[in-house]
Amino acid sequence: MSTVRAIVIAGPGTNRDCDVRKALEHAGADARIVLASELVARPALLDDAGLAVVAGGFSYADSLGAGRMLALDLVLGIGDALRGFVSAGRPLIGICNGFQVLTAAGLLPGALGHNAQGRFDCRWVVLEPVPDSVSVWTAGINDPIHCPIAHGEGRYVHPDPDGLSAAGQVALRYRSTNPNGSVADTAGVCDPTGVVLGLMPHPENHIVRRQHPRHSRGGGGDAHLGLRLFDNGVQHAEGL
Amino acid sequence: MADWHRLTIRSNDPDPRGTSIATAAAHLGIELPRDVDVADVIHVCGVLDDSQRVRLAAALADPLLQHASWDAPTSAGIEVTLLAGVTDTTADAVLHAARQLDVQLTGAAKARRIEFGADVDRELADEVVRRVVANPVIERWGHGLVDPPMLHDAPGHADAELIPIRGSDDAALVSLNVERSLYLDIEELRVIRDEYERLGRDITDVEIETLAQTWSEHCAHKTFRAIIDTTGGPDGPAEVTPLMAQLRACTESIDAPFVRSAFVGNAGVIEFTPGTTIALKAETHNHPSAVEPFGGANTGVGGVIRDVLGIAHRPIAITDILCFGPADLPLAELPDGALHPRRIRDGVIDGVADYGNKIGLPTVAGAVLYDPAYTTNPLVFAGCIGTAPSRPIHDGPFAGDRVIVLGGATGRDGIRGATFSSATMDATTGAVAGASVQIGDPIVEKLLIDALIGAEDLYTAITDCGAGGLSSAIGEMAEGIGADVDLDLVPRKYPGLDPWEVWLSEAQERMVIAVAPEQLAAIRARCDRVGVLLADVGVFTGDGQLRVRHQGHVVVDIDTKFLHDGRPQRRLPAELPTPNRHDHTGRSVADPAATILALLAHPNIASKADTIHRYDHEILGATVVRPLVGAAADGPADGVVLADPGATEGIAIGIGVNPWYGLHDPEAMAFAVIDEAIRNVVAVGADPDRVALLDNFSWGDPRRPSTLGELVAAVQGCCAAARMYAAPFVSGKDSLNNEYVGADGQRHAVPPTLVITAVAHVPDADQCVTPDLAEAGNVLILIGRTAAEFAGSHLDLVQGAPLDAGVVPAIDPDAPATYRQLHAAMRAGLVVACHDLSEGGLAVALAEMCISGRLGARIDVLPDDDLVTALFSESSGRLIVEVRPQRADAFMKIMGRSAAHLGTVTDDSSLSIPGVEPIPVDRLVEAFNGAGVR
Repeated sequence: MSTVRAIVIAGPGTNRDCDVRKALEHAGADARIVLASELVARPALLDDAGLAVVAGGFSYADSLGAGRMLALDLVLGIGDALRGFVSAGRPLIGICNGFQVLTAAGLLPGALGHNAQGRFDCRWVVLEPVPDSVSVWTAGINDPIHCPIAHGEGRYVHPDPDGLSAAGQVALRYRSTNPNGSVADTAGVCDPTGVVLGLMPHPENHIVRRQHPRHSRGGGGDAHLGLRLFDNGVQHAEGL
Repeated sequence: MADWHRLTIRSNDPDPRGTSIATAAAHLGIELPRDVDVADVIHVCGVLDDSQRVRLAAALADPLLQHASWDAPTSAGIEVTLLAGVTDTTADAVLHAARQLDVQLTGAAKARRIEFGADVDRELADEVVRRVVANPVIERWGHGLVDPPMLHDAPGHADAELIPIRGSDDAALVSLNVERSLYLDIEELRVIRDEYERLGRDITDVEIETLAQTWSEHCAHKTFRAIIDTTGGPDGPAEVTPLMAQLRACTESIDAPFVRSAFVGNAGVIEFTPGTTIALKAETHNHPSAVEPFGGANTGVGGVIRDVLGIAHRPIAITDILCFGPADLPLAELPDGALHPRRIRDGVIDGVADYGNKIGLPTVAGAVLYDPAYTTNPLVFAGCIGTAPSRPIHDGPFAGDRVIVLGGATGRDGIRGATFSSATMDATTGAVAGASVQIGDPIVEKLLIDALIGAEDLYTAITDCGAGGLSSAIGEMAEGIGADVDLDLVPRKYPGLDPWEVWLSEAQERMVIAVAPEQLAAIRARCDRVGVLLADVGVFTGDGQLRVRHQGHVVVDIDTKFLHDGRPQRRLPAELPTPNRHDHTGRSVADPAATILALLAHPNIASKADTIHRYDHEILGATVVRPLVGAAADGPADGVVLADPGATEGIAIGIGVNPWYGLHDPEAMAFAVIDEAIRNVVAVGADPDRVALLDNFSWGDPRRPSTLGELVAAVQGCCAAARMYAAPFVSGKDSLNNEYVGADGQRHAVPPTLVITAVAHVPDADQCVTPDLAEAGNVLILIGRTAAEFAGSHLDLVQGAPLDAGVVPAIDPDAPATYRQLHAAMRAGLVVACHDLSEGGLAVALAEMCISGRLGARIDVLPDDDLVTALFSESSGRLIVEVRPQRADAFMKIMGRSAAHLGTVTDDSSLSIPGVEPIPVDRLVEAFNGAGVR
C-alpha cells in the first residue's frame, strides 16, 4: 500500500499548519503544506492528495468573522475541486480556524460564534466520541480524546442540533466542561457522508504522551492521543 | 459617483462585548442599568447596485450568527472609529473580499456602535465610552452617525526643511530641542552645531531627526555608556566603568563555552544542542502601553519577535512580565491624564494575547505585579526565544549589496518613538505622543517569518525596524560602510508624508536586509509566494556616508562615523545607596493561618490563571512544563520547559523580579532576582551549568544622582551574581525615565525594577519536575538556609512594614553548589516534586505544592526557632523537594548539609504546621484561585 499523500491547506495567518503536518507524519502520511493561493493556481494539487486538512490559526486575522475570508478564497477559487474531493470520499478535516472555514464555505453545517464568555481561551479539554456518528475520523474510537483548545470564536451554533445528532453528524462532544457555550456540548461535526470533520480543539497538539499536561501524574496515555483522529483519517484514505 | 455606504452588523445572540463594557464600567464604580448593545459598522466607498450590496453583506455577515443592514440605525448610540492613518486591518480585509466578489470599492473603514438604551443619559454614556471603550490616542467618537476617517492627502513637502543651526547659542539650541521634541542634551546639541559649522552648511530636518533618534537614550543607551562619578561608596568618591562595559566584561570573564554571541546584534545567541542555537531577547514597551495599552503591548511583542528574527532565528516562544497599579484604585485617586490601572491591565493583556495568539507563538512564561508606584507608569516587558541550525552570524552588509525593506507599508504611525520613550511623561503625554503609538498586524509579521526563515543564505545582514524606523535600522546597518537610499521607493500607506516622517516612521512589521544583487530574485520569489511586500530602496555604498534622497534632492548626508561615534560621552553623578545589611529585624504575626491565606490571595501571589488562559501556550506542541501544572492544572510552575515532541533535550525559561527588594537594597535585589530566575529553571530540571541570562532594567530618571546610584548598585549586584553562578548575560535592555509628572507637579518614579530572564538547557525533558505533591507518605525536604530577612517581603505588603524594615534576603554563597547537587539528584531520578521559595516564603511554597497536588502536608521540623521567620522570611537559595521515603537517604547523601527534613505528604487534605491551626487544602485553593473556585 503506497503512503497516503496529505495536504495541509494554509492561508495568510494560518499558524498550526506545521503542527498538523507533524501529526500527519506521525500517522504515517506524506504531508505537505500548500498555500490556498497555490491551490487556486494549481487545483491539480488537490487531485494528487488522498487526505486534506484546513489547519488552524487566524487566517486574514479573523477580520469580519473567523475563517470567512479564507472560505471566500477557497469557494471562489477551488470550490468545485473541493466538492469533488469530498464526493470522491476522500477525508477532509478542518481544525479550529479550519472548522470555521469549512462551515463558512458550506462544506459543514452550522457556524461558529464568539465564545459565550467573550474571550479567547486556551486549556485542555476532554472530547467524547459519539458512538453512532457517521464520521470516518472518529470511527472505532471509544476512549475520550484529550487535547487543548485555543480559540475565541468556537461557540458552535446550529438551528436544529437534535436533527444534526439524529443524522449521526455530531462526532465529538465536550465532556465535563463546555468551554465556549457550543450548543449541546457539540465539539466536532461532520457532513452527512462522514468524510468531512470539523472541530475547534487541536488533536495535532497531542501526538505523543509527553504533551499531556498530567503525563507525569499518569494522565493521558496512548488511548487518549489526538493522534488517533489522524490515524483514522490516514487509514481511511489508504482504503480508498 | 462613488460615495460611502454603511453596513451595520449585529449579533443574533447578545454580544459578549456589551457585557464586558458594563462589567468594566462597574469595576470603576459606574453602574449601568443593563448590558449595552454593540454593533459593528463597516463603511465602504464605491458605486454599489443592489446585487452587489447583497453579495457584500452575505460575505460580511453569517445569518446564523448575525444580521446586517444597509440602513443607517435610528436608535441613539455612540460610534467609535479609528483616527485617519491608524492601521485598520478590517478595512484591508473588506477590500480583499470586495475584489473577490467583483465589487469595486475605493475605500473601507470599520467602526463600533455602542448603544446604551434610552434611559442612559448622554453624559453617562460619554463617561463610559471615555473610561472603558475608546481611546483618543487612536480613535474618535460621537453620538449618532459618525463618518468614516478620511485621509486628506495634503501633499508632503517635496523638500527637506533647512534648520539654521550654525551660530546658534545654547538658548537657541534649547528652543530647537523643545520645538522638535528632540530630547537631546545641550552638549549633544553643541556637538551637532559644531559639526555643521565644520561642514559649512545648515542641517536638514531629516538629519537632525535622524541624530535625535540615533542618539536617544532608547537607541544609544547613553546612561549605560556614561562615565559615572559615584559618592557614598565605602571608599568615598570614585569613577566607575560604564555600566554596559561592566556587564560585557562580566560575561567575558565567565567565558561560558555555550555563548555564541553576546551584546551584539538584536539578541543574544547560545548553543542549544550540537548543531542548533537559541536566540533570546527581552524588551520593554512601557510608555506606549501607558497611553494606548493594547497597541503598546501588542507592538512590544511584535518588536521583540522581530529582534529574534533579526538574528536569523525562528521565534518559538514569548514571555511577558507586566507591572500595573492596583486594579481596585478608586477613580478619585487616579492622576489627571492617566488611564485606570484596570483598563491598562486589560488592554495590555489583550494586546499581548492578540499578537502572540495570532502570530502563532506560545506565550509561556511571565509574571504580573501590582504596586501603586506603577499606576501612571506601567511596565511591559516582552521576551522572545528562537532556535536555528548553527550558522555563522551574518557579517554584512558589503559594498554593492541592495538595501531591501520587507513587510508593512509606511505610514504616519509611531513617529519619534525612540525619543518619546526616553522622555518623562505628564498629563498631556497621551495627546502629544499619540503619533508614537503603533497598532500591530501580527499576520504581516507571521508572513515575514515565513519569508525569512530558510532564506538565511540569501542575505548578508538583517535587522528589524524598531524605534527610529528606517533611520536607525538602515543607519545601524550602514555604520562604517555607508548607504544611499531613495525614500520615493519606500511603499506608503497613504500620500502626504514629509520626508522625515517616512524616514522615522515606526510603522510595524518591517525588516531590513542587505542582499547581493544576484540573490535579489530568489528573495523576491520567497516574498511573492507568501505575500510579503519587498522594496529595493537603495544600495550600501562603501563610502561611509549615510545618504538619503527624496524627490531627487539629498535630504540626509551624514558621515556614519559622526552618526554613531560623534555623540559626546555622558558623565553623570551618582549617589550610591547605603542599605542596611546587618541589623536583622523579625516580625510578629497574630494569626499565622489567616496570614498564609492573605498571602495566597495577594494579587502578586494569587493565581494568574485568568491571564494565562488568554494566551495560547500550547501551539507548536512543545510546551512540556506549562505555567499552570498539577492535579487540577492550576498550580504555579517555577519555570516552563519547551521540548519538541520526540526530542530529548529541552529549553527551560525562568523569571526573577522583585522591585520591593530594590526599594531597600538594589544590589541585593539584583542578587536575589538572579538567584530566583536560576532557581526556577533548576527546579524544573535544567542544568545549572548551562544557564544564560537577560537583564532588563526599568528605572526612573538617571539624572537624579540617587536614582542613578541605585542603578549602579543593581548592575554591580548583577555582575557579582552572574560570576558566582557562572551564568553569563547575553543580552539586555534598559528603559530609563520611567517617571510621570502629575498635575501636582510631583514626579512619580517606578521602583527600581530589574527583570532577569534565565534560559537554560534541560538534558532530559522526560525527567522534568513540577511543584505538585504526588503521593501521600513521601518525604518533604528543605534545601537552603533560612534567616530573618523581611525587608521588601510580601508579609510586609499584607500586614504593613515596620519603620525598621531590617535586611532584604542576602545571597547564599553555597547556592551554586547546592543547585548542582539538586540537579544530580534529579538526573538520578530521586526527585518527585520540587518548588522554589519566593514571595511569602516557606508557608506560601508549601501551600502552592498542596494546591498543585490536591494533597496535604504535615510539617515536623521548621527551619527556624522563630515561627514567623520560618514561615514567612524570603531568604533566597531555598527549595522544597518531595522524595519517596525509600530514596530519602540517597537524596540526603547527594545534598549533604544543604538539605534538612521538613515533613511528610499526607492524604488528609490539610496543611499542618506546628504552632499553626491546620488549613484545609480547599481553603488554600479558594484563597489562591479566588472565592468559589475549587
